[in-house]
Amino acid sequence: MIGKKDLEHMAWLSRLELSGEDKERYTPKLNSVLDYFSELDEIDTDGIEPAYHVLPVSNVFREDEVSVPTCSLSQEEALSNSPKKQDGFFKAPRMM
Amino acid sequence: MYENPDGVMIGLEVHVQLNKLKTKIFCGCATDYHKDPPNSHVCPVCLGLPGSLPVINKKAVEAAIKVGLALNCRIEEYTQFYRKNYYYPDLPKGFQISQYDFPIASKGQIIIEGEDGELIVRITRAHLEEDPGRLVHEGTIDRSKYTLIDYNRSGMALLEIVSDPDLRSPKEARRYLDKLRNILEYLDVFDGDLEGALRVDANISIMGGQRAEIKNISSHKGAERALLFEIVRQKNVVRRGGVVVQETRHFDEAREITLSMRTKEEAHDYRYFPEPDLMPLKVSGWAPEIKETLPELPDARRMRFIKQYGITDDQAKSLTGELVWADYYEQVLKIYENEYGEKLDPKFAAAWINDYLKGEMNYRGSTLTYAVGKVSHHLIWHEYTVAILGLLKHEKITDDNAVIIFRNLLDSPRGGSDWRPVKKAADSAENYVMRILEEKGLLKVEGDIVETAAFEAINENPQAVADYKAGKEKALNSLVGAVMKKTKGGADARKVREILLVKLG
Amino acid sequence: MWAGINELMERIHASSSEEVVSEYFERIESSKLNAFITLSKESALLRAREIDSKAHDGSLAGIPVAIKDNISTKGTLTTCGSRILTGYVPPYDAHVIEKLKGAGAVIIGKTNMDEFAMGTSTETSFFGAARNPWDLERVPGGSSGGSAAAVAGGEVPIALGSDTGGSVRCPASFCGVVGLKPTYGVVSRYGLVSYANSLEQIGPFATNVRDVAALFDVIAGYDARDSTSVQREMNYSSELRNEVSGLRIGIPEEYFGEGTDENVEKAVRNGIHTLEDLGADLAEVKMPHTKYALSAYYIIAMSEASSNLARFDGMRYGLRTDDSDWHTTFSQVRAAGFGDEVKRRILLGTYALSAGYHDKYYLKALRVRTLIKQDFERAFRDVDVLITPTMPYPAFRLGEKIDDPLSLYLADVDTVPINLAGVPSISVPCGFSQGLPIGMQIIGRHFDEAAILRAAYTFEENTDFHTRRPGGI
Repeated sequence: MIGKKDLEHMAWLSRLELSGEDKERYTPKLNSVLDYFSELDEIDTDGIEPAYHVLPVSNVFREDEVSVPTCSLSQEEALSNSPKKQDGFFKAPRMM
Repeated sequence: MYENPDGVMIGLEVHVQLNKLKTKIFCGCATDYHKDPPNSHVCPVCLGLPGSLPVINKKAVEAAIKVGLALNCRIEEYTQFYRKNYYYPDLPKGFQISQYDFPIASKGQIIIEGEDGELIVRITRAHLEEDPGRLVHEGTIDRSKYTLIDYNRSGMALLEIVSDPDLRSPKEARRYLDKLRNILEYLDVFDGDLEGALRVDANISIMGGQRAEIKNISSHKGAERALLFEIVRQKNVVRRGGVVVQETRHFDEAREITLSMRTKEEAHDYRYFPEPDLMPLKVSGWAPEIKETLPELPDARRMRFIKQYGITDDQAKSLTGELVWADYYEQVLKIYENEYGEKLDPKFAAAWINDYLKGEMNYRGSTLTYAVGKVSHHLIWHEYTVAILGLLKHEKITDDNAVIIFRNLLDSPRGGSDWRPVKKAADSAENYVMRILEEKGLLKVEGDIVETAAFEAINENPQAVADYKAGKEKALNSLVGAVMKKTKGGADARKVREILLVKLG
Repeated sequence: MWAGINELMERIHASSSEEVVSEYFERIESSKLNAFITLSKESALLRAREIDSKAHDGSLAGIPVAIKDNISTKGTLTTCGSRILTGYVPPYDAHVIEKLKGAGAVIIGKTNMDEFAMGTSTETSFFGAARNPWDLERVPGGSSGGSAAAVAGGEVPIALGSDTGGSVRCPASFCGVVGLKPTYGVVSRYGLVSYANSLEQIGPFATNVRDVAALFDVIAGYDARDSTSVQREMNYSSELRNEVSGLRIGIPEEYFGEGTDENVEKAVRNGIHTLEDLGADLAEVKMPHTKYALSAYYIIAMSEASSNLARFDGMRYGLRTDDSDWHTTFSQVRAAGFGDEVKRRILLGTYALSAGYHDKYYLKALRVRTLIKQDFERAFRDVDVLITPTMPYPAFRLGEKIDDPLSLYLADVDTVPINLAGVPSISVPCGFSQGLPIGMQIIGRHFDEAAILRAAYTFEENTDFHTRRPGGI
């Protein structure tokens, strides 16, 4: 079960600002889902490999060749969706 | 035996940019962005646009195996990429594709020159990951009002090489970095001269205490400075009865200090999990073939130089310590042989190239790569060195003349000045050197002219002659100096001395 | 308005694509379904005229198609049903869009969806819920509800959706149309905005199996930009035959359990018997881990999603709130840009991957995934296809479940195991319950879309459920 502290930690790790009201609303809902998930504790999975991928494929590569024009955007295209930009750079807020 | 009085333990995480690849690690963007405007070498993948997917650059994996083998690592049978989840504006996806469990190479070692002889430094692991973008702060990171982001660097292939905490001093750390860079250059996987090619995080503890992780070190010198500062800081903490806390510290290169980054960010939880968009790799089978193609590495080359050329260990170490010098040395020997049909004495060549020329360049803060020029002037320099050494060998110029020519070549602005050798089709390097010496009046002076100069010197310096005759051996030196002055350094000092001795009876 | 591709082709040849496309726009403009987030009328008509001026080359030349709004379209807004992608106009096309353009299709707009495909009802869209054409007070299903509703409502003949845990099949079932979830790896995900990468595929919708196969033929195929894409050359349309004799159908009783609506069970069992009457053999199969699929699915999907959605920070595209320091701005952008369900899934996914819980949730779920895969592998040793209900019940009312996430998740019980195993599955209309469509799910082996398409086609050729149309819209 997650409490307020856990929720706040998850919110920080997820970079989601939650209001006091959000926390009130979310906690019981999240807990009912987690409670449901606990059914997995019933199954013995010792010695069972985790299925990271569904198909047994490995060694998928591309050659070291520049792909133009499928790759590569112009600076203008790269910045076209940016809410804030300056001198060809994306502009983010101050760090501290 | 090195005592390590402060119980210093240093482990380094070195991030090497595999910048000799043509493209980035997960997309087909070209890697030659260094001189281009920001955000001009990007695509949906390295910009992290919604819906884009990574695909692994095969050459990056080959390069990683190459390095792994050169560091005597085991190449793992099964390796895969993970997501390392954290947030920073230089990270366009909010996670970095890296490796975690199952790195591509592990458990290696290299030998460096330690405080008390050879030191084995164990390599914990080497793994592939993507480089984040580049941030530009106005002023300093803590005062800047905003942060500018350039994603040209985003997605460059990085190899992170992690050492065990086997290093016992900042000096050893620096030597480890030198050795690593040396090996990487031999492997032709990276160009260390490019900005951001090699970045270091250092873990350091003293006297069995907690370790601090120092980030943002971008040079070998910086690593040494940061660690020196950090040892003093940690010792002061202990001396005041405090306890060193485990933390991440930021190296301020300008002030040469480390700063605590104690913020909420400290609570890192990277939530690693396998990258679902990339398939696992089973590439250990490539290792034998790649091993075949490994070039001769620095240690092996050094041993060969000593054995094959009879040069000193110091000379061999110095020459092989930088790939470009080792190559230069051997190329000069080879070109000389082609040019003159006889072997150049390798000790004589080592004395000039290593003991003299390398020193001149270090003094000027110049590197051979710079002096030689990356492409077009390369052979020209070799040929001129061969010509100068040939003229010396055949006693057509003096040591002093050779020094003058080398110095002038080094000091000439690139591409300007008549000292800058510009090869003309009909003009051999030797002719060129001779012509220049002639124009400058620096040709070797022999025969009558030297005899005459010696005669004049004796007549003009009776006191020195008297002193010499009275048993003051040193007085001869001033007479030799006088003759050299008269011949503008063109005479052979050894011969002048012989002539003077004869004349003085 | 519910014409299939062949009929439309004839009309396009007789008149023009421009005329056909215009007619669809007229219908959309008077629609109450809220099936579209963005309409591309001008560019669509331009494209139609361009195709008319040529020789109508390509298997879909001049045919209108709608695209779920989580598929990247160059020059056209792509919102994923989220406020956080406000104003985002991608500079590149998804692989499937390139393929559609190559086949001459005319993209008429981007369809409504649950925010970031997280939902079973298309109610979590920032742009308002889409409606079910059979009953405007009911949900069309989700998360590709807009695409299914548009096809069912006669607003477009074919559409693309994406299916992470049932997001194509659920709305197909609720809206009475055909929807296919291909084998993992058959359709390139390049350009599909990821919700849960290891589970999802883009899939086609149409009013009939033949058109689903035709659209599938266009979008399937290898793409070097998706490392999970598989090299296989197939022509699925040519596999369609009205023939199931000897087909071995498995019936996993676990899918007819508690919570399954009586009418749904009856319709699906009738459907199975229809195929039996046509010569298929029936067998009961055991899939003992089915009950754990839902938990395993949600843990994996949420974990992957928590990481996939980390890129939405307002720096390079989308919503940006007032600047504070970076971490605060980041948190505020996301607080303002994501809806509740997305936030909950991010929080739970973060939790499932976090230190101390990674093994209990994430790793455990992946081990259970192995067991579920094995259930399928075992079953497919004895049978060629499996048949189950697509959804345990018909479309529910708008607002009925939206405040109870768990009950919404439970609706996916019959669809998520398929994504965990990566096998293909199709939903076809097989009956009605109080005027609402019921879907039958036919599941196949990896890469054996041909078998499920053939079974579905045969079923369709011998029933008329797919020909019924909603009235009163």
